[in-house]
Amino acid sequence: MSHVLAVLEQRDGSLRKISHEVVTGARRLADALGGEVHALVLGAGPVSGTDAAGRYGADKVITATHAGFANYAPEGYARAAADRAKSGGYGAVVLAASAQGKDLAPRVAAKLGAPLAADVTDIAVDGGSVVVTRPVYAGKALLKVKITAAPAVVSLRPNVFTPVERPKAGTAETTAVTGEAGRVVVKGIKAAAGGALDVAEAPIVVSGGRGLKEPANFKLLEELAQAFGGKAAVGASRAVVDAGWRPHGDQVGQTGKTVSPSLYIAVGISGAIQHLAGMRTAKVIVAINKDKDAPIFKVADYGIVGDLFEIVPK
Amino acid sequence: MKIAVCIKRVADSETRVKIAADGKSLDEAGVKFILNPYDEFAVEEALQRKEKAGSGEVVVIACGSQSSQETIRTALAMGADRGVLLEATGVPADGLAVARALAAELKGGAYDLILFGKMAIDDCNHQVGPMVAELLDLPCVTCVAHLTIDGGKGTAEREVEGGMEEVEFPLPALLTADKGLNEPRYPALKGIMAAKKKPLEVKPAAFGAAGLEILAMTPPPERKEGRIVGEGAAAVPALLKLLREEAKVL
Ligand SMILES: Cc1cc2nc3c(=O)[nH]c(=O)nc-3n(C[C@H](O)[C@H](O)[C@H](O)COP(=O)(O)OP(=O)(O)OC[C@H]3O[C@@H](n4cnc5c(N)ncnc54)[C@H](O)[C@@H]3O)c2cc1C
Ligand SMILES: Nc1ncnc2c1ncn2[C@@H]1O[C@H](COP(=O)(O)O)[C@@H](O)[C@H]1O
Repeated sequence: MSHVLAVLEQRDGSLRKISHEVVTGARRLADALGGEVHALVLGAGPVSGTDAAGRYGADKVITATHAGFANYAPEGYARAAADRAKSGGYGAVVLAASAQGKDLAPRVAAKLGAPLAADVTDIAVDGGSVVVTRPVYAGKALLKVKITAAPAVVSLRPNVFTPVERPKAGTAETTAVTGEAGRVVVKGIKAAAGGALDVAEAPIVVSGGRGLKEPANFKLLEELAQAFGGKAAVGASRAVVDAGWRPHGDQVGQTGKTVSPSLYIAVGISGAIQHLAGMRTAKVIVAINKDKDAPIFKVADYGIVGDLFEIVPK
Repeated sequence: MKIAVCIKRVADSETRVKIAADGKSLDEAGVKFILNPYDEFAVEEALQRKEKAGSGEVVVIACGSQSSQETIRTALAMGADRGVLLEATGVPADGLAVARALAAELKGGAYDLILFGKMAIDDCNHQVGPMVAELLDLPCVTCVAHLTIDGGKGTAEREVEGGMEEVEFPLPALLTADKGLNEPRYPALKGIMAAKKKPLEVKPAAFGAAGLEILAMTPPPERKEGRIVGEGAAAVPALLKLLREEAKVL
């Protein structure tokens, strides 16, 4: 029997939604290991929304505070998380493979002298060991990996571990972190023009390609995204990013982001192998393209053949 | 400025992945290998920093089989001064083991800057850089898309959900490179010729124990055949109905 430490994420003092996925993944491991989930939140003070952690299966929610923890503090967060992981004797440590988690998880693993299974899409316990599945070669293959050292440190690919309500006590605890916040200092985040929802995390992604003809026409997709009520982000193919129509942060594919939304709508995108690498794990794919032989239709669950300028406005 | 860059030989991004007979690895037959694209940004940044400083040395370090010599030569042809190959028959799946081998070589090298790619496009581990930073107790910023260095201090920008994070750090430091940092140069013929004569030292890699065991490599699940709902705007109501009632995603 061993407990699982779930390292959650906050921004501006509120728990980020991706943390629900982290607790859900941690709960799955803890059930298999016969232990509890302890959720750790690092912040400058109380963090709102942590009560949700109990709902998704945390037995305990520990808020560890430090005056220098309002923004992400890479070194201070890593030390606080590793110290907690060591003192609690956890069998596994679970983080999100978000921008912050991708930076934090390797630091925590190195401090623990433990391996990191990064960006996993599935976790299980087999014969007492944690076994994960993770995409390699930009999603062109899956690797099944057994973690043979303890604790098992894993980071979860966003949008894959659908939050499941598993109410537990979620007993709140607060501790103060001593020592320095670190030499590396995050000054803040300059908001992107597109708004707060990132294509890698949005439950719905509406992506446009060269078929949109010119940058101004992306307005159509932005309107479509808005119609989904704040749940959708606008993505893009590399062709339009290279042409400067859309920012690089919106690019989906091998050299851009890998997304796994519940719904991916590809508009005027041909479906090149490098684009598919970034979105083929979406739950449902819709394609709108005027060429009925476009490769995108091979992976799409639902397709409409026709002129996007007639179809998208609905 | 003395700068080290860790580089990896990886299968080209256009590779059609075929799984080898062992069921655990890539079938390398006919595969083209390249310098990991994110490491190209790191090499370019090192060269530009050295050029700007007017003096210094750029050392490239790769860990892998003898064939990684070719990757080192590519970086030397771009303009790096010398190379080190930490030789091993294979690279472990455990990024921490790779980090240990690289840290042992970097330790005591008195580098002002140590550069990595944010991720190798084969294992997509996204971890070796910050692990080395921990092992060497160096300040580290990952996924740097924009960088300014002034004296002993640096400012970096890295992409996070919904924006760019601004980060300040002291030097010496370890940074990992993202796309957008610069435009890597192509090696010129002169550079390729010169690279042949540059020093390349070969040493054994010291990984220590690895904590990840590969059980299997499989192709991603096929998506089941979809269907064309219809043609033109007239098909939209049918599509919405399917998304609501069959796929239940709306
Ligand atoms: C190393 C490497 C890495 C790459 N990485 C990526 C990556 O990360 N992401 C990525 O996306 N690509 C990537 N690519 C590029 C990729 O190969 C394709 O070139 C690119 O995805 C094509 O973009 P597109 O679908 O927008 O354009 P096109 O291939 O030109 O497709 C446009 C589509 O729009 C349709 N269309 C045109 N007009 C209309 C209309 N009025 N109504 C409806 N449909 C219309 C056309 O039928 C066509 O199918 C990479 C390539 C390489 C070599
Ligand atoms: N075998 C290796 N030899 C040298 N550098 C490596 C090696 N593996 C990884 N790296 C470096 O670490 C970065 C991240 O790799 P990874 O964590 O494997 O995705 C790469 O971009 C390289 O800079």
